[in-house]
Amino acid sequence: MEILVDMKKHPAAAWIGLALIAVALAALPFALAAIGTAWVRITNLALLFVLLSLGLNIVVGFAGLLDLGYIAFYAVGAYTYALLASPHFNLHLPFWLILPLGAAVACLFGVLLGAPTLKLRGDYLAIVTLGFGEIVRIFMNNLSQPVNITNGPQGITLIDPFRIGDFNFAKTDVMLGLTFSGPVKYYYLLVLVLLAIIVINLRLQDSRIGRAWEAIREDEIAARAMGLNTRNLKLLAFAMGASFGGVSGGIFAATQGFISPESFVLVESVMVLSMVVLGGMGNIWGVILGALLLSFVPEVLRYTVEPVQRALFGRMLIEPEVIRMLLFGLALVLMMLFRPAGILPSAVRKREFARKAAT
Amino acid sequence: MTGAGDALLSGKGINKRFGGVQALSDVTFTINHGEIYGLIGPNGAGKTSLFNVLTGIYTQDSGEFAFGGAPLAGLKPHEVAGRGIARTFQNIRLFANLSALENVMIGRHVRTRAGVWGAISRNARTRAEEKAIEKRSYELLDYVGIAPRANDLARHLAYGDQRRLEIARALATDPKLLALDEPAAGMNATETTSLKRLFDDIRHDGTTILLIEHDMKLVMSVCDRVLVLDYGKKIAEGPAAAVQKDPAVIAAYLGGEVTLQRAQA
Repeated sequence: MEILVDMKKHPAAAWIGLALIAVALAALPFALAAIGTAWVRITNLALLFVLLSLGLNIVVGFAGLLDLGYIAFYAVGAYTYALLASPHFNLHLPFWLILPLGAAVACLFGVLLGAPTLKLRGDYLAIVTLGFGEIVRIFMNNLSQPVNITNGPQGITLIDPFRIGDFNFAKTDVMLGLTFSGPVKYYYLLVLVLLAIIVINLRLQDSRIGRAWEAIREDEIAARAMGLNTRNLKLLAFAMGASFGGVSGGIFAATQGFISPESFVLVESVMVLSMVVLGGMGNIWGVILGALLLSFVPEVLRYTVEPVQRALFGRMLIEPEVIRMLLFGLALVLMMLFRPAGILPSAVRKREFARKAAT
Repeated sequence: MTGAGDALLSGKGINKRFGGVQALSDVTFTINHGEIYGLIGPNGAGKTSLFNVLTGIYTQDSGEFAFGGAPLAGLKPHEVAGRGIARTFQNIRLFANLSALENVMIGRHVRTRAGVWGAISRNARTRAEEKAIEKRSYELLDYVGIAPRANDLARHLAYGDQRRLEIARALATDPKLLALDEPAAGMNATETTSLKRLFDDIRHDGTTILLIEHDMKLVMSVCDRVLVLDYGKKIAEGPAAAVQKDPAVIAAYLGGEVTLQRAQA
């Protein structure tokens, strides 16, 4: 939103700013590759989490429906892709066909989850969605008998990468003297998808539908009395959020080449929700920031904690994983105390929290 | 368009029971096109229950409503709003953290169409619709007299302005019948007088008003006809002046044994 306002007041400055951001985004994977190829992969995973958070933000941030099983839609998207583009069923459909299909299947699951839970709010909705997430994961784990559909806990391997004609996203290509490795290509794809989803989010928020969601969050009874079909609007939020999850899942399956139910456990749902809440529910830039922080900080710790401790104490005292959880817990507590509406809260959320504190 | 004098809304034998309490028993009434129709009665008489049944928040146990010639049976609140009945709430229910303008814009939702595709593509039709929503909402804020507060948050508005904003939001749904639940509650005499003028304007512009009100002076001066409820039963219906003299109404309000003079003293 700020960007759009800037555009009108200082068009030149805004365009230069956008151009600089574009150049930075384009150059980033090469800079990362210089540090280590692993960092390109880490960035890709972080971008996937940004996608997921933006999807969940529609449900939680816009419509105010607490969803603790969001990762299920990611799983549905990933499995849809994996089953239709791997040797498992010996199907190798093109990605531009399965990715939308994955979004559609996830959307269907969103409606399936949404329909029976429409009358629930707050804690109760959270419990049901949590159960839904687990149900999907357990199904993936057990649908290997009597007919082997998901291959159970072993997961699905050798998933096809994205391919357009001869252009293969998993292979390294040299173009214009630059080396484009698989992860670098996926990085560009993810950035493009991300930009599209940011635009969709911004436009949805600032529309008749976005206003209606805001009204439902504020006062559902008044919203109904004003003629808002709250049932359909909530289902729409679930469906839209779920389809974003489905797209992310499809890309995840293709980049990893392997998926198993392990990737879709409850902790992942909690993680995505934390990204949304930490960054600032309802504010797209806040959510992106939250997702990037929670994706990158643990990785940075993984690479720094050990050498730093060895340099300081001569040996490793605390495992990186322990420090990660410690910092994560500390960060959440500090956030609750000092910025309960998130790092970059949405204007409306900020007001809501300010009022709660005042009363 | 039907002229004044024809029935806009009629209720026939409306019953509603909450556990052991008969909140409405066999209530029958008719509201005509273009009138201001008062609904009065002592506390707990069933006024708000009738409102909630009418607007689809509750379902009546028996009886039926007819609105503009068609039955209003089993409709959900949003469908009732779609049919042209808009309401305000006794305890103001605005979207407190949104601006006054946004509140009214949400009222336009039911009369506009843009969906997800419109929102994402921002096509010409959607942009035109958004512009029209905003324009109409400003007009309505101006109409109820709070245009200068358009960008203030609803909860930062003065109490009287919040009441007016609720009316503007209800008017944004283009209602045929505007149902107001105690709009003058907590207002001083000056505010009430200007509210009365607003009611006259709204009626003059073609919207019928159903008014629940405790302020007898307001009801008697603004309403064409009045329905009086007591313990869920209709005890009188008719022109304000006639109802005012009805012994059953006086008894309900002042207690059976008390004479009018003592009560006034």
